[in-house]
Amino acid sequence: MENKLVITPSPHIRTPETTKAIMMDVLIALFPVVVVAVLLFGYQALVTMVVAVLAAMITEAVVLRKKDLISDGSAAVTGLLLAMTLPATVPWWMPAIGSVVAIILGKQMFGGLGNNAFNPALVGRAVLVVSWATHMAGDVWPVPKPFSPFADVVTAATPLEKEGAELLEVPLMDMFLGNIGGSLGETSALALLIGGFWLFFRGHIDWRVPGCFFATVFLMGAIFGGGIYENLVLTGVFHLLAGGVMIGALFMATDMVTSPVTGLGKVIFGVGCGLITMIIRLWGNYPEGVMFAILLMNAVTPIIDRFTVPRKFGEVKE
Amino acid sequence: MSAKSFKGGIHPNYSKVFTAGLPIKSARLPEKVIIPLQQHIGAPCDPLVEEGQSVKRGQKIAASESFVSAPIHASISGTVASISSHYAPTGTRINSVVIESDGSDALDESVQPSGKTLEDLSAQEIIEIIREAGIVGMGGAAFPAHVKLSPPEGKEIDTVIINGAECEPYLTADHRIMLEEPEKVVTGLKAFMKALGASTGIIGIEDNKPDALESMREAIKSERGLSVFPLPTKYPQGAEKMLIEVITGRQVPSGGLPLDVGVVNHNVGTSASVARAIEEGLPLVERVITVTGRGVLEPSNLKVRVGTPFADIVEQCGGVIGDVGKVVAGGPMMGIAQPNLDVPVVKGTSGILILKAEDVELVDPGPCIKCARCVEACPINLMPLFLGTAGEKRAIDQAEEYNALDCIECGCCSYECPAARPLTQWIKAAKAEIMARNKKQG
Repeated sequence: MENKLVITPSPHIRTPETTKAIMMDVLIALFPVVVVAVLLFGYQALVTMVVAVLAAMITEAVVLRKKDLISDGSAAVTGLLLAMTLPATVPWWMPAIGSVVAIILGKQMFGGLGNNAFNPALVGRAVLVVSWATHMAGDVWPVPKPFSPFADVVTAATPLEKEGAELLEVPLMDMFLGNIGGSLGETSALALLIGGFWLFFRGHIDWRVPGCFFATVFLMGAIFGGGIYENLVLTGVFHLLAGGVMIGALFMATDMVTSPVTGLGKVIFGVGCGLITMIIRLWGNYPEGVMFAILLMNAVTPIIDRFTVPRKFGEVKE
Repeated sequence: MSAKSFKGGIHPNYSKVFTAGLPIKSARLPEKVIIPLQQHIGAPCDPLVEEGQSVKRGQKIAASESFVSAPIHASISGTVASISSHYAPTGTRINSVVIESDGSDALDESVQPSGKTLEDLSAQEIIEIIREAGIVGMGGAAFPAHVKLSPPEGKEIDTVIINGAECEPYLTADHRIMLEEPEKVVTGLKAFMKALGASTGIIGIEDNKPDALESMREAIKSERGLSVFPLPTKYPQGAEKMLIEVITGRQVPSGGLPLDVGVVNHNVGTSASVARAIEEGLPLVERVITVTGRGVLEPSNLKVRVGTPFADIVEQCGGVIGDVGKVVAGGPMMGIAQPNLDVPVVKGTSGILILKAEDVELVDPGPCIKCARCVEACPINLMPLFLGTAGEKRAIDQAEEYNALDCIECGCCSYECPAARPLTQWIKAAKAEIMARNKKQG
């Protein structure tokens, strides 16, 4: 018996939680969003998601020279999140290129999982946006056609498109349920919130990042949004439901690797994401600012962590 | 019903059901004991006996001139077989007195009650009795008890806390002592209070032990200045900084000691040993340990002689079941894994935990995904992820900047890490390097 005893330092018990289990939970959280995307945008949505996920997993396996496609599950998460940010009408090779870029440039170049400064899915999307602007929806987005196998080829402006300084008045309930134009995974606030609550109850996301993100967008929208709706509150709600705020705040900004670890840091990060999003929306050239807001805040995350080190127990005030 | 908890901490599976309901049994007299000459924090003792010499139970066999040290006594009667180096549960080889039993268990003549009651003893006499009895902190740290009772000039101690939290999973020795010998715990507490001139005595017990709370409340019913404090059940509630904060609201300053906030704390087992030293004159030669885990046939709470080899104890508990994966001296959070069962029980051994091979997982650490579970779990408010990485890379300055020296090594960060990163180990290594460097620089 003696020869087989294991000697490791304490503690000798540990949580059942694993990195892979967390990644699987994120995939589970995205399930309602996947279902809604397929219902709204038809089989093209499915193709986009499958291509993105497979491309991400294969790229990671090739780069790491591993035979295990699933590995820690993080590549699948990146691929699926990237797909969620694309319009249903993109040609099939775009999610593939996006995923390859996300995994190589967004993640492995930095040293792999945990070392990347920027959210890999958003890096992939950013490259696609600047490279194929027309495919990535310049002015018009595919309109959902619920329960139809194909996305409607007719496209229309999304709620956030600017016609001069005018914003369209869209029924908020349509926006909440997702019956509007937009990327695959961003339209249905309901599906995203269900996923967000799942992550919250599983302990994988902290309320501070999405909470502060939402609060800032709502307040900025209500105060500076110009009253598209009959009152300020509804205008604030419009800004919460429009574009990528829901998916960004719940699934992108909460990416553990690229957001701060301290409580105060998470507050600063959330508020910063909200502020930049709204500045771009209200006064910038782009109709939507969520992606750039999160990428910019990713860049300052190490500094935020550095300056928000919590006061240690028993710290003597000088 | 319980007080506000401390920040951080974890809720592991407590696994106390194995032994919580089992009364303390006396272990059989060991045929041989291995008594390390350093079982405490502080200076090692020099042997007072020679090979071949006869010794009796309670006889002092080693001592040191240093103040921060505790004398060591024979735990059985017999013959000194050798004075040689042996592995102690701390993982280091320590000069040890090996005694072979003569089977009589005769008590040494020096073991005499002082003849005085606690009321008649002076503070100085109490401290002297405790020192001579070789009593050290029995919760695990093994700091000489008399040192804590001798605060430097100008430090007023108003409160003595008895630590009955027993927050380590699996362990139930303190729990049983509070149920079976509550009056001893109270006597020890009163001795500490008298030695320190403290007016308040508080027994803190986690609220997962309602019977112990009841037992201690009953024992202090007619005592003045004593109270029982139900603590929220959360690991590491028994860490002294957490214990003192929850009970008194005072934060022990960083780098400071409990006495800096007017508090001295002692473990339940230590308190009972002090009572025995005062009432019977008996030095610390036996203690209660919990033998537990899925790998042992009959988990038990046993009163064992100091120096009894683990193998002897495990055999009395029915032996091991199947493949054993790990033997831990102490609890699963802070205990030390042992290479074999030859090591002896020492004054600071609170339990022997035997894990089955199938329950011992060996996983390679993955990359940190910055999930911040360690930051939330750290009761000292440190950033274990950055500290751990600094320790791993041996970036000592960075580790110091992130307050490595404040780490209490409770293990919460390692426990919580989904990537199985041995954060506590890396931080401990960094601490050791920082302290070595600081010492070198004077």
